[in-house]
Amino acid sequence: MIRTALLVAAKDLRIEARSRVLLWQVVPFGVMALLLIGLAVGPSATTTRHLAPGLFYVVLVLVSLLMINRSQAVENSPGTKTSVTMLGLDQAGVFIGKALALLLELAMTSVVLLVGVVLFLHVPLHGALIASPSVLLTIATMSVAGTLYGAIAAGVDGPATLLPVLALPAFAPLLIAGERSFASAVIGGALAKWLLILILALIVYVAIGIILYGALEES
Amino acid sequence: MKLFAQRALGPVTLVLLGLTIWLGIWVTPPDAVQGNLARLLYVHPAVATVALYLSYGTATVASALYLWKRTRSMTLDRIAEAAVEVSLVFIVLTLITGSIWGRPAWGVWWVWDARLTSTAILGVLALGCLALRRANDDPVVRARRSAVFVIISAINVPIDHYSVEWWKTLHQGATVFNPGGGLKVHGSMMWTLLLSFVSFSMAFLWLLRARYRLSERQYQNTERALQEALDQRRAEVTN
Amino acid sequence: MTIAHLENAVVTLAGYPLLSGVDLDIEERSVVVLTGPNGAGKTSLLRLLAGLETLARGEGNVLGFDLLHGDRRQLRREVGWIGHEGSFYNELTVRDNLVFAARSLGRPIDDIPVALQRTGLVERTNTLAKRLSAGQRRRLGLAWLLVRRPSLWILDEPYASLDENGRDFLNGLITEVIRQGATVVLSAHDPLRNATFDVRQVRMEGGRIVNRDVQ
Repeated sequence: MIRTALLVAAKDLRIEARSRVLLWQVVPFGVMALLLIGLAVGPSATTTRHLAPGLFYVVLVLVSLLMINRSQAVENSPGTKTSVTMLGLDQAGVFIGKALALLLELAMTSVVLLVGVVLFLHVPLHGALIASPSVLLTIATMSVAGTLYGAIAAGVDGPATLLPVLALPAFAPLLIAGERSFASAVIGGALAKWLLILILALIVYVAIGIILYGALEES
Repeated sequence: MKLFAQRALGPVTLVLLGLTIWLGIWVTPPDAVQGNLARLLYVHPAVATVALYLSYGTATVASALYLWKRTRSMTLDRIAEAAVEVSLVFIVLTLITGSIWGRPAWGVWWVWDARLTSTAILGVLALGCLALRRANDDPVVRARRSAVFVIISAINVPIDHYSVEWWKTLHQGATVFNPGGGLKVHGSMMWTLLLSFVSFSMAFLWLLRARYRLSERQYQNTERALQEALDQRRAEVTN
Repeated sequence: MTIAHLENAVVTLAGYPLLSGVDLDIEERSVVVLTGPNGAGKTSLLRLLAGLETLARGEGNVLGFDLLHGDRRQLRREVGWIGHEGSFYNELTVRDNLVFAARSLGRPIDDIPVALQRTGLVERTNTLAKRLSAGQRRRLGLAWLLVRRPSLWILDEPYASLDENGRDFLNGLITEVIRQGATVVLSAHDPLRNATFDVRQVRMEGGRIVNRDVQ
């Protein structure tokens, strides 16, 4: 499983490095979304600083939907799906590998978005730095859950529109926990409780994915 | 058992529901604090319990059994589909009755409270499951994907259950399944409350059975259509 | 020895019978060619043999794997497949695709340069798969099978998009792998002419086999 996971993660990252979709499309989209949100909430630094954690995660969720779709589209183009299915890869390893690649891509995007919230939404730099571990934990859970939901939505009629319907309700608790932990890191509060919830969610999603991802391959 | 389901389930359910309504509206006294508003006690907790545990629980168990090779069968898929649909109905009823109760109690129809939000999320997940089923033509593909989705989305059930303990919320704590173990209502109110759980559970079984039978008929039609399609395809050769 | 056996095999897609009851036995070290018009079920039968389709009715086993109850993922690992849409990842180079595939199955990557040479893809080693022509994509699939050396080769319209050199190469390759003990099942619109090996032609129509012809 570990060997397959590393193989699949390396493959996904190599594809991303070649195509540069993240660099030229996803990150600019995230930055633009952050700018638009900043415009929409108005110039008051107090307001934007207060809303920044939630706005950061809304943009991150939108960005993650794009990336999950992209991750699955790579696997589901004509010919690719059949020839890769014929390799008979260990599906638990594929799941972990794709989630790992997605995590790294989301982490890189998050760094840019965190710089954005410091610059545009007036979050103090030290607050953003303290929030980084909770952000990493949140995107790890989103990567794992997103890989699962992406596979469920892949290859059906309208996967790009079906994925948000399936994934957003599931992301909502993660968004809440992520936003609260970010806010706690910036302004103080019960950070440990939210981190614990995120860790539990991560463990549950990883366990479910390892057990059930194979069932999705057969469909 | 089958005979009971066929003949008596519907009438018994209607009688129990009728009894619950009669007791709830005309027999039990108003609450000391909330007055007549508290009569929603005989609807809201029961529909919420059916929605979260009985209905979504049935869908989850049926989905898990479907995915396990030894027990895999399209019957389980049909049960899971029916349970998700019935769950959605009960979740909507939960939110509506909760809003009716909340408006006079909290002054608003809706608050972003942990319990309400997690219940609404579960409702959207149930909708998502139905959307997923409609996006797949192939019955086996549809069954597998929705089974996996139901199991993943069932994570939200314990989140919903413990939300009133984990977060400070406006929603009151559990009336029956509370950590202290004791019931928080007494006398005729207690009996009517317990009866409401029984009658809405029966309503769930009744709706589940009706929806399952509809699916089964659709499946039989599909099998007939497949046989006709096979005969037609074979006839292409002889022609 | 029979390496594949199908009895009244039915495969459906959204209620439509792609295969409407196929009976077929395939012997080891043979070349079986499926012919027939478009929509006859050739690709569906090949996919069933490769473990890519589920049996709706009937029975079947391939290389000892039961198609109804067996582990189809394991079957797929034993079968070599070339489809007509091309292979592997569009955004990886020819070499990267083969390395990925080899490492997936634990095959040595030392065989890759030889395979690229034999299939005429040496000069395309670092070309992205999406930039290959249809014929070159097919050669990529053949290069992979040369690295893998499966015991059952399943080729869906392999001669399409190949020029005369390509066809000769494929004929030579099939002769070689049969000699080495493999079995080849392939599809073609028309019966193979000028084949340099013994071929068993099987004609399909309406999702069934209508004519078994040993040539």
